[in-house]
Amino acid sequence: MSKHDLLIIGAGLAGLRAAVEGVRQGLNVAVITKVHPVRSHSNAAQGGINAALTDRGDDWRDHAFSTIKGSDYLADQDAVEVMCREAGDAIIELENMGVIFSRDDEGKLGTRAFGGQKKARTYFVGAITGSALLHVLYEQSVKYNLHIYEEWFVTKLIKEDGRIAGAIGFDIKTGQMEMISAKAVVLATGGAGRVFEPSTNALICTGDGLSLAMQAGVPLMDTEMIQYHPTTLAGNGILLSEAARGDGAYLINSEGERFMEKYAPEYMELASRDVVSRAEQTEIDEGRGVDGCVFLDLRHLGKKFIEDRLGYLQEVALEFRGIDLSEKPIPIKPGMHYIMGGIKTDLNGATNVPGLYAAGECANVSVHGANRLGANSLLDTIVFGRRSAIESVEYIKSVKDVEIDPKELSKEKSRIQSILDRPKGMRSAELRDKMGSTMTKGIGVWRDTDSINFAIEGMKNVRGQLSNVYVENKGKVFNTDLTSYLELEFMVDVAESICQGANARFESRGAHFRTDVTTRNDKDWLKHTIVEYNGEELNTTSEKVTITDWEPTERVY
Amino acid sequence: MEALIKVKRYNPEESEDTYFQDYSVDVAEDSTILDSLIKIREEQDGTLSLRCSCRASICGSCSMRVNGSAKLVCKTRVKEISPDGEIITVEPMGNFKVIKDLVTEMDSFWSKMKSIDPYVKTSFEPEAEHIASNESMTHLLGVMNCIMCGACVSECTALEVDSTFTGPAALAKAYRFVADPRDEEANSRLGKLNENTGVWDCTRCLACVEVCPKDVAPMERIVKMRDLAIEEGYTNTSGYRHTESFNDSIKKHGRLDETRLALESTGLLNITGLIDLAKIGIKSLFRGKLPPILPHRPKDMKKVTSIAERLDNQGKEEE
Repeated sequence: MSKHDLLIIGAGLAGLRAAVEGVRQGLNVAVITKVHPVRSHSNAAQGGINAALTDRGDDWRDHAFSTIKGSDYLADQDAVEVMCREAGDAIIELENMGVIFSRDDEGKLGTRAFGGQKKARTYFVGAITGSALLHVLYEQSVKYNLHIYEEWFVTKLIKEDGRIAGAIGFDIKTGQMEMISAKAVVLATGGAGRVFEPSTNALICTGDGLSLAMQAGVPLMDTEMIQYHPTTLAGNGILLSEAARGDGAYLINSEGERFMEKYAPEYMELASRDVVSRAEQTEIDEGRGVDGCVFLDLRHLGKKFIEDRLGYLQEVALEFRGIDLSEKPIPIKPGMHYIMGGIKTDLNGATNVPGLYAAGECANVSVHGANRLGANSLLDTIVFGRRSAIESVEYIKSVKDVEIDPKELSKEKSRIQSILDRPKGMRSAELRDKMGSTMTKGIGVWRDTDSINFAIEGMKNVRGQLSNVYVENKGKVFNTDLTSYLELEFMVDVAESICQGANARFESRGAHFRTDVTTRNDKDWLKHTIVEYNGEELNTTSEKVTITDWEPTERVY
Repeated sequence: MEALIKVKRYNPEESEDTYFQDYSVDVAEDSTILDSLIKIREEQDGTLSLRCSCRASICGSCSMRVNGSAKLVCKTRVKEISPDGEIITVEPMGNFKVIKDLVTEMDSFWSKMKSIDPYVKTSFEPEAEHIASNESMTHLLGVMNCIMCGACVSECTALEVDSTFTGPAALAKAYRFVADPRDEEANSRLGKLNENTGVWDCTRCLACVEVCPKDVAPMERIVKMRDLAIEEGYTNTSGYRHTESFNDSIKKHGRLDETRLALESTGLLNITGLIDLAKIGIKSLFRGKLPPILPHRPKDMKKVTSIAERLDNQGKEEE
């Protein structure tokens, strides 16, 4: 059994940032990840990372207000303050690590505009910001000679005496299952997009951390807050960055109108994502779309500008649709993109289980509330990845080594074996597709009591069929048939908690828009929904939102 | 639309032998090869192993050989490879050991990546960001586009014969630091890259440039680093001497003086190198492969000289 002070599960931006901090703090750190770090989904963030840099006249409080307004007042304002105050230093540190941010004429960091904000404060690397950041953090992991369990799949968190004691996982390349002991664990497993179909998310975004936490008795918060991104390709759901609109692209309907005039006359295409997605869906529903899509129009920006600043978008448009963005508008629609909700943590990433932390998309600190602003997700990973590692230091110093009962490993081994031993039945992909379509239909851009009940019932059915799924591949070596099944188990947990959150929140706020109660209800619902697994069933409760300086007002763009 | 896909299979738990398996799968018109492989895995054969994740050519997981050449299968459409329903052959990348089916062992790839010290080295800690021109940063975007998929390494002809070669991906990454105005170690980096297994081991076959799905053009970066190394005064390499000798020979004889090229590249003071060369010379002699002692002269020497001069001048103008 290997032993570490700090075990980080996931090697995207939050995980790597936490790991680098842990090493700097002198901890024995290990990262465990089911894909090589540079394959992580942080790669897919295109547009940039927000920060108010004070030396150029920006104010973190403006950034905080935009974030809070964007969240439809569901974000905890103390958490938002922390994120926005630390943003400037975080960006400068990333630059010093080697990120090749775009520059202005003076050679200082240059910005582009992004949605939900009046001021351009999004720092970027072409249209590959996430990838550029991830690769630089990987570079840092090499510099610090970080211990990485590469292509290892975690199946369970281990607790002893109520506190975290490590995790059990297996090497995907050999099938060898091991227990890894750690005084503290940071969950940094990213999103859960594959719960829906389609989604912009990579195939690895299966909510592993959310389920692992839930099973360990950690509550999830605001799980109903699912972001539908306004510009995704029809069919496979691939993302076209908000950077296009930030850099001046229009949204037009089948009549060629810039329809955002009707919905957000001041912010137009750069209103918050939930607002833009609903506007698009309204246009489509009212018959001003084409084949279920409206259009993103970049023609007026010119070929050179597009290729210089939005090169990756042009590549995606050409490769996947055969469309040159400088010549033709591209059909797009709202698509499932991000989960604002997640593992409930405090301002330092700590959960209710001693020694267990969470950061990044799997966590809910909460800084995004009911709707995340574009380019705040990268910031979230960097700020709270770092904070969770720092927070773990004192804890790790204060606790003794934990003795793990070796039976834990044999129990988990036989659980996995019993899955492999199941008789021939349904393939996991079939059940996953059923879950994906159920969730998309029930918990979409619009919801109501009926659709939420449809999702709840549908998921009951999916849960019931889970034990009928069989794994055809019985081998040890790179058995993706087995990992796909285990991921489906995680996703079913997450899907159910999403349904519970949606069912509980009887109002419309941010991304949670109910056609049967179309208004926000601050009197009863300026609250977080909390979903907790007690070992038998999911319990739903609620908790007050932290308000500091910004009293909720009507949200107009 | 029906896609016919022939997949090279390997399962070390069953046998050391590889074999091909044919699949037929019904996919949408605009499907990629990755879509087809996923469909096969999910609907027909759960034992098929492959790596994939983002489906959007940014994670670099799904590089494989399609009809003999490495491609990122998530951005390769079935129609483009098989316009009339021809069978598509999919194999794991070349120059890598195979773990199972289409999954390759990437350890050598990552250790070479680590060997070039892949992080910005600077002792200068500015209060804010480093000041750098947008052009210098945008220039690096070309290399930063690398998603480390391994396609270039798969098709590298130099690696095929010499597995110690640092290879196109790691060298392209090295260029990202050599050309970064913030990095203070460009000179020592170039010195290291100039050694055996470094920039001079590339045979300039262009395969890496051709297969790179992100237009990183590794070979061009390698050639650029050769120039930079020479500018920095790293001239005591067989690679540099080869270049000079080649150039002289053309100017003097209008064609390549192979004997002199071999001697001068090795270095006239490099005794052990010359002894090795002599062995090759003797072998070549017996097999009738020894080049002429003095090269033949072309008929119209003047034309060659004027071309050489023009190229020289052009080079100077570009500088």
